[in-house]
Amino acid sequence: MDINTPVPTIYGDQLEKFGELWKKQVQTLKEKFGDAIEEVLFPKEANTDVPIIFVQAARIIDVLGFMKNDAGFEYGFLADLTATDEESAPRFHVVYNLLSRKSMSRVRVKVRTDEENAVPTAISLWPAANWAEREVWDMFGVRFEGHPDLRRILMDVRWEGHPLRKDYPLRGYQIFPTPEAIDPSLLNY
Amino acid sequence: MSKDGSAAYFTTRVDAVVNWARKHSLFPLPFGTSCCGIEMMATLCSDYDMARFGAEAIRFSPRQADLLIVAGIINAKMAPVLKTVYDQMSEPKWVMSFGACASSGGIFNVYSVTQGIDTVIPVDVYVPGCPPAPEGVLHSLIRLQEQIQKGETVAQRRERQSRAGTLKSIT
Repeated sequence: MDINTPVPTIYGDQLEKFGELWKKQVQTLKEKFGDAIEEVLFPKEANTDVPIIFVQAARIIDVLGFMKNDAGFEYGFLADLTATDEESAPRFHVVYNLLSRKSMSRVRVKVRTDEENAVPTAISLWPAANWAEREVWDMFGVRFEGHPDLRRILMDVRWEGHPLRKDYPLRGYQIFPTPEAIDPSLLNY
Repeated sequence: MSKDGSAAYFTTRVDAVVNWARKHSLFPLPFGTSCCGIEMMATLCSDYDMARFGAEAIRFSPRQADLLIVAGIINAKMAPVLKTVYDQMSEPKWVMSFGACASSGGIFNVYSVTQGIDTVIPVDVYVPGCPPAPEGVLHSLIRLQEQIQKGETVAQRRERQSRAGTLKSIT
């Protein structure tokens, strides 16, 4: 094997496999939701492995619900829900990585938001989004509207700041020698 | 005892005997959080055999242990747990800071990791290395035994010094 041959990645043949499907799906989304689809980045045209669909925050649940249930999409599996700090306005991208177990194709849906504007919660579609959204809140300080229990999940409850923000100091130590107080209401479930 | 009733010779000898017994019958509590724990197991196993120094009786309950071996990285979230475990151990108790992560945070100089467990609990002996070789662990165990023979833990010494007002700095 030639040393210069590109190493096949996990998404190496995805464009050949799903390129047509993705184009059709993006077309359907644009027809159905119009302005709610802000921008679409396609593999090879942009620096990405799967299509990235930017959606307006207000319509995100409609779009995700459609992509979850419609016969042409069936992205029933929320592989990951995370965020990135872009240091631009608007500051954060909330990222939904979706997998269709029918076609085994993946897409990435993104929402632009900032510290003030909350994103609607996806718990109604995927209950597993609960903890993922708590983690995004903990690490980035992105609020989720309608979340039933938006507490910190990884860091100590006394922690100040959101450590995965780009402006959080790398060595911003906060060491608490005493255990964190447990909310007694959490023990009655 | 001397004629005026003050205790002098006799009690020191008891201390020496008690400390001699203590140093040869350490009951370690393994607090192995990462790869250093493997090296601690190797030290306990037959090739190096910590039993030769009387510290083979591992106890997983802090109430039954008197040597806390902190082997591995202590995250900020783990720090209160470590402090609780330390507080549950009965006096006298010693702490071995095992490896670079436990001693100084190691390579993990980030917000989520304690920079040395001595920011949370007093430490009696540090073992350098990433991870330390079993020989180093045994060496530090022997050094710890010398300290035990002297009869005072680091925590007790600090407390005595802070009462007397001679404590220089607490890390």
